[in-house]
Amino acid sequence: MSTKVKVLIAKVGLDGHNRGAVLLTTALRKEGFETFYSGLRRSPEEIAGMAVLHQVDCVGLSSLCGAHSVWFPKVTAALQTLSWQGQLVIAGGIIPVEDELELRKVGISAIFRPHHPIADIADYIRNHVKTATFPPARKIM
Amino acid sequence: MAHEQDFSREQPGAYPYTRGIYPEMYRKKLWTMRQYAGTGTPKETNRRLKRLLSQGQTGLSVAFDLPTQLGIDPDDERAAGEVGTCGVSVPALPQLDQTLHGIPLAEISLSMTVNATAPAIFAMTASLAGRLGIAPHLLRGTIQNDMLKEFSARNLYIFPPEPSVRMAADLMEFCIRHYPRWHPVSVSGYHLREAGADAGQEIGFAIANGIAYLELLLQRNIHVDEVAPGMSFFFSAGSGVLAEAAKFRAARRLWAKLVRERFKAKNPESMKMKFHAQTAGSELTSVQPEHNIVRVTLQALAAVLGGAQSLHTNAKDEVLRLPTASSALLALRTQQIIAAESGIADLVDPLGGAYEIEALTDRLEDEARKWIQAVDAHGGALKAVEIGFVQKKIRESAYKDYEAIQTGKRNIVGVNRWETSRPIPVPTSGNTSAKRMKHQASMAEAIQRQRSSRSEEDAARAILRLLRDADQRMNIMPAMLEAVNTGCTIGEIYGALEGLFGKYDEEVTPSHEYESQSFDREGRVGWT
Repeated sequence: MSTKVKVLIAKVGLDGHNRGAVLLTTALRKEGFETFYSGLRRSPEEIAGMAVLHQVDCVGLSSLCGAHSVWFPKVTAALQTLSWQGQLVIAGGIIPVEDELELRKVGISAIFRPHHPIADIADYIRNHVKTATFPPARKIM
Repeated sequence: MAHEQDFSREQPGAYPYTRGIYPEMYRKKLWTMRQYAGTGTPKETNRRLKRLLSQGQTGLSVAFDLPTQLGIDPDDERAAGEVGTCGVSVPALPQLDQTLHGIPLAEISLSMTVNATAPAIFAMTASLAGRLGIAPHLLRGTIQNDMLKEFSARNLYIFPPEPSVRMAADLMEFCIRHYPRWHPVSVSGYHLREAGADAGQEIGFAIANGIAYLELLLQRNIHVDEVAPGMSFFFSAGSGVLAEAAKFRAARRLWAKLVRERFKAKNPESMKMKFHAQTAGSELTSVQPEHNIVRVTLQALAAVLGGAQSLHTNAKDEVLRLPTASSALLALRTQQIIAAESGIADLVDPLGGAYEIEALTDRLEDEARKWIQAVDAHGGALKAVEIGFVQKKIRESAYKDYEAIQTGKRNIVGVNRWETSRPIPVPTSGNTSAKRMKHQASMAEAIQRQRSSRSEEDAARAILRLLRDADQRMNIMPAMLEAVNTGCTIGEIYGALEGLFGKYDEEVTPSHEYESQSFDREGRVGWT
């Protein structure tokens, strides 16, 4: 059985920008991960299904068209619905700083922007994949 | 490769047009300043377009949101969060009317960045122009309508390549026959470059796509001299000023030669490559957006030194989001300053004759020719994207570029050279998700109201006619006009066509340099 950390790089929503996602899929593989790429315009349910099917440890969501606030929470909800056993959800693309807080609330631990060194993203995944806790702890009212 | 070109014999405005398509270039007429704009509701976009005109912009360029470009209505759940986000939402004729309200369409040239749904958007435009009393032969503008590059780089496709490209050719044929001043295609190297292509691939693959469109139209018994003069191109202008200027010169020379030698064109207008340039978005950085002003200035300079017919200069913050009003103005002013204050516009091909420039021009022409030959060897541009050849080559180049940045072979100031630890904050755009959701709700309501007030019988008949014509491989444009005039929405039109042609999904093969490895349909890397 493979001991490699498994990562799914996924595109949700209508966005067609895939240069970064495809690049990351390959570069992370070179960094020693087992990587999967979802293909474009997947629904949240399709992405969650892939994450469960391939038993990935980390899901990386990519968006460069501004619809992240709508789609990313739907993906994290779908991951919970399907009881995904992974721990870490990260995101990347063109995501304004002011949107970070709400994305963190739904369980996205880190947001990376264009030109962020991939070696650094790889380190982040390695360091957090065992300690991160997805889904985020729910407040008891 | 030996070049028979002798610079001393090449003249601006004369074949092979290396030095420019006009003898006087900008001395006689400046390039068209055409900033790409569109956001939110049609009314908001209309205000933005009018403001750009009042600031001295000389052409318009409309950005459409993703649902409009993918044939999805604003009340469809797939459009959530995307309505009015990356451009204006135009699901039907009334929304186009609102977007262009009060803009003198017979006087100003209009550029529309839309591809998969270009036939519907052009049908709306033609219909609107007709209602405004503008004769078809007076309507000026450009519609991108370049489906081949959607499959190789830009990724906004709906159907598989063959029917997509066939409908693009329908629109070209329709414009050539009825709207002679409208450019029915803007063959785009820009997106290839943004996706990772190098300069030689950018112009080589784009020209290969241009060849494919020419061939499709020739098959419809249209002469090359009827098609080629209306074709326009769209390239990226990067920060490598001299190499980029040489790239434009190489592209012009190569196109002129191909159109004359391969297609036996007789009319010089067929051989003149007219192109729009946009400064390279992928070369901007999000770490210190203010510094992008300098990059955009260099990039705009490359376009002007290279003889562009129109130019969009990116806003410094475009890498983060749609630009604010003040950064949009700064972007326009950047090219206005080059035009009015640098003195470059008084000179024609000012770089021509310099040894390095001529050598670079020759080299890029050779490189581009090599890529065209590679596409030819795969059976032409359509086959080459169907089998993923172009996609693969572009992805390989993107990976090489990434490695070049990693190793410091390519420098980006603030990123891998004199890197900064403290990003410079930028003011927010104010286009919050709450505001966007409000837009979406109002657009959804409007489209539902429009659907309920039309004749269902007429709309249904129009859709059936469209499906029949598409199925029988007739030109879809007459039926498309009927569909938009009876109030059919873009979601209904493309939803119906999707039933006929099926949906196209990206082949998940980001294999880059890993020749021996493959990715299966679910993206699993096939290595063991």
